[in-house]
Amino acid sequence: MSVSPTLSVAEIKDRNKALIEEVLKVYPEKTAKRRAKHLNVHQEGKPDCGVKSNIKSIPGVMTIRGCAYAGSKGVVWGPIKDMIHISHGPVGCGQYSWAARRNYYIGTTGIDTFVTMQFTSDFQEKDIVFGGDKKLAKIMDEIQELFPLNNGITVQSECPIGLIGDDIEAVSKAKSKEYDGKTIVPVRCEGFRGVSQSLGHHIANDAIRDWVFDKIAPDAAPRFEPTPYDVAIIGDYNIGGDAWSSRILLEEMGLRVIAQWSGDGSLAELEATPKAKLNVLHCYRSMNYISRHMEEKYGIPWCEYNFFGPSKIAESLRKIASYFDDKIKEGAEQVIAKYQPLMDAVIAKYRPRLEGKTVMLFVGGLRPRHVIGAYEDLGMEVVGTGYEFGHNDDYQRTAQHYVKDGTLIYDDVTGYEFEKFVEKIQPDLVGSGIKEKYVFQKMGVPFRQMHSWDYSGPYHGYDGFAIFARDMDMAINSPVWKMTKAPWKAEEQPLLQAAE
Amino acid sequence: MPQSAEHVLDHFDLFRGPEYQQMLANKKKMFENPRDPAEVERVREWAKTPEYREKNFAREALTVNPAKACQPLGAVFAAVGFEQTIPFVHGSQGCVAYYRSHLSRHFKEPSSCVSSSMTEDAAVFGGLNNMIDGLANTYNMYKPKMIAVSTTCMAEVIGDDLNAFIKTSKEKGSVPAEYDVPFAHTPAFVGSHVTGYDNALKGIIEHFWDGKAGTAPKLERTANEKINFIGGFDGYTVGNIREVKRIFGLMGIDYTILADNSEVFDTPTDGEFRMYDGGTTLEDAANAIHAKATISMQEYCTEKTLPLIAAHGQEVAAFNHPVGVSATDKFLMTLSRITGKPIPEELARERGRLVDAVADSSAHIHGKKFAIYGDPDLCLGLAGFLLELGAEPTHILATNGGKAWAEKVQKLLDSSPFGQNCHVYPGKDLWHMRSLLFTEPVDFLIGNTYGKYLERDTGTPLIRIGFPIFDRHHHHRYPVWGYQGGLNVLVWILDRIFESIDATTNVPAKSDYSFDIIR
Repeated sequence: MSVSPTLSVAEIKDRNKALIEEVLKVYPEKTAKRRAKHLNVHQEGKPDCGVKSNIKSIPGVMTIRGCAYAGSKGVVWGPIKDMIHISHGPVGCGQYSWAARRNYYIGTTGIDTFVTMQFTSDFQEKDIVFGGDKKLAKIMDEIQELFPLNNGITVQSECPIGLIGDDIEAVSKAKSKEYDGKTIVPVRCEGFRGVSQSLGHHIANDAIRDWVFDKIAPDAAPRFEPTPYDVAIIGDYNIGGDAWSSRILLEEMGLRVIAQWSGDGSLAELEATPKAKLNVLHCYRSMNYISRHMEEKYGIPWCEYNFFGPSKIAESLRKIASYFDDKIKEGAEQVIAKYQPLMDAVIAKYRPRLEGKTVMLFVGGLRPRHVIGAYEDLGMEVVGTGYEFGHNDDYQRTAQHYVKDGTLIYDDVTGYEFEKFVEKIQPDLVGSGIKEKYVFQKMGVPFRQMHSWDYSGPYHGYDGFAIFARDMDMAINSPVWKMTKAPWKAEEQPLLQAAE
Repeated sequence: MPQSAEHVLDHFDLFRGPEYQQMLANKKKMFENPRDPAEVERVREWAKTPEYREKNFAREALTVNPAKACQPLGAVFAAVGFEQTIPFVHGSQGCVAYYRSHLSRHFKEPSSCVSSSMTEDAAVFGGLNNMIDGLANTYNMYKPKMIAVSTTCMAEVIGDDLNAFIKTSKEKGSVPAEYDVPFAHTPAFVGSHVTGYDNALKGIIEHFWDGKAGTAPKLERTANEKINFIGGFDGYTVGNIREVKRIFGLMGIDYTILADNSEVFDTPTDGEFRMYDGGTTLEDAANAIHAKATISMQEYCTEKTLPLIAAHGQEVAAFNHPVGVSATDKFLMTLSRITGKPIPEELARERGRLVDAVADSSAHIHGKKFAIYGDPDLCLGLAGFLLELGAEPTHILATNGGKAWAEKVQKLLDSSPFGQNCHVYPGKDLWHMRSLLFTEPVDFLIGNTYGKYLERDTGTPLIRIGFPIFDRHHHHRYPVWGYQGGLNVLVWILDRIFESIDATTNVPAKSDYSFDIIR
């Protein structure tokens, strides 16, 4: 039951432009000027989406963004399963991010695996006043005593660490020495650094470079015999098992995955990655840095790919295969052929139920563009999208490969803007995060969380696409949306209404 | 290929197929440099021992799996309990994303809150400009009646002065001079979310009663017959506050609920998003000064607020998240004493029904050992109820409980023969609890969602009562206060006990002789 009226591209562009003008009216002049640069209507043929990005959020507007700590601990480091990640500072940051991201893994939690645990230095006033370095050193001793099978430690700095002048690097070095060269990684991901999660990704990438790669003895014997087909999955956090449903395809086409970054990943896999022949990069935003570094330092090429939806998966498998010999190229074709009947069946079942439905997205990382193909495979259309913490290179990729003419683009959208856009455009589905979910569901709009897959998933790979299609159908065609209006009140208000 | 369009396999089943199992085993063996399985098993067993417990309890610096959050979360929770009020947290913006997510994951509701989005430059120069711009933006965009300011640890470490900043912001025209911007310093490195609730509520009350930070005359108290009610930081706020209103209604008490967030955390899905809903009106918040008395349901959420109120001449009374018969009796009798209103027969009948239910079922609970963890007041409330059910609380732990709390719990335990074999653990975390459950096992564990890891590791069945509850839905809509609330808690406990008996007696020809149809 699409509520979007059928409009021409020109009409859509006019409507979207008017909509941008309208939302800007709510702001004080200075803010309106700044926000105007983040909102645009995409023009076909342009090299990017015509919005400013990766600049400071405006105070008081209800940005959806998080912080550098979230980017480092929550995204990059947290999933490395055999290391203990200390949330260093007050208790909250670690508490709110504790096991919230569904980075699936296999391991004995608390013994040799630690992902879904919350290790914190639980800073008290005295730690702020006198500094936390001694406490940090003691914490590392206690970790060694109580969790002897940990393979390494990282220090995930919260805001106060950088403000009170603690020297976590010195503590880490000293303790590493004391524990026979144990990998101990200080990460300067204080939440006030940068403008969003994004700088935290970069800082975390750099920490792997400096404190993992650079510590590997050049003459260290490899743990396994290299093959010409060794690849590393970079930028897949295994949410709901995404990296697993991706890995299986790479292996089926004849490649050997020697590392996962960082979902279900281990320190050994990080250390082995410089031996890869190719790094395949899913979340460009969060891990392009380390991929570029490995290209420069170790000569490893990297290749972006997209495992959402059969069209993009096939395109990506062929692209990855193009770096290898005919055996792998044939392997890719065999994989595509093997899953074709499944994809045909999934599309045959769900496309008729979803054809023509419209979607508005606002997510982080790669998803504001990467999932567009999967929706299109189901006959759906993405009519608005934006990045929580994207940079211009994300918007370039979006413009050049994904969005259609006239798509509404909103960077670092504010709560107010997003509600108004959805209210006016009336899409059939909104895909965003937990903070947005209930806002739109109250408005009667079907919603899927596109960070956590709404506790479903995987969505990557062929196996994941079946779940994706089922979930989108379940959201849009749930009978609940027919009941949001009391029958005796049905005519009183427009269908969707944002808070005033 | 196990996946099919006909029967779509979720992650539960998909990864258990042979293709994935083989792949994952291979990954581990080839690339993860795994520990020797025998060594993993040895350490796993060792971590269950008294020796490990001793080392675990000797920890001085490391906290593992704490059961507490930080101050600003409580401040946000309190602020949204006022009419059309938006919480404004001064400091880093990531914190606000976390509070909103945390509250939304528990209540399955929107959670609206803004940040002043301070970054490196603010760390150097202070966050005054962020406050000036932020207040102006929030005021214009979201049209709140009040903006309640609190702080993250960043703003506290650099020493931003909220009072001065808000004054300057008003001078710069961010919001009108007479506009209500109460504030509270809520450093994350002091106390926990319950402290933040206390500070924020105190800040709001102080604002209205004591001259709005020097911009208005202080209010003069003219005593009336109303009763103020404060729920405290409470995961059951939706059900509890509604239940309390019903009780007040039955008793004919004229009341003001302070920080009434029972509506904003339970708005309907009817086509309209209500950023604000319900809440204590600002007028009522101001007029609350005239009340006869203020009742706090959670002593440790109002340690500073209640003395402030008492200093204005009101009687104050604090409870500890009262659950069950005698705690509710005490609550109602206090209400009756203060207001002079009798407890109506209807409540006496509800009491009788709860006692009836306890009599019907207590045989299944009597003598069972329980471990409890949670916020300090909730632990006290639940422990009190268990004692009157004839259960034996064995471990009571509050990460955010202090020495005074522990003494109070001990006193409660000493008051009952069923509390004789119980120990109290203030300031400890869930990794301590893990050792306790291994070395001194109990029959059931009561705690929040994170208790599921303890349930998995130690086999102790978990009864989910507390905050946050992320993995079960809608329990926050049920009260745990009042006799009706006691009934809910009783049923949750009983359900888990019966489920546990059924689950351990269901092997045909082996343990099925106790698989009874009537219990």
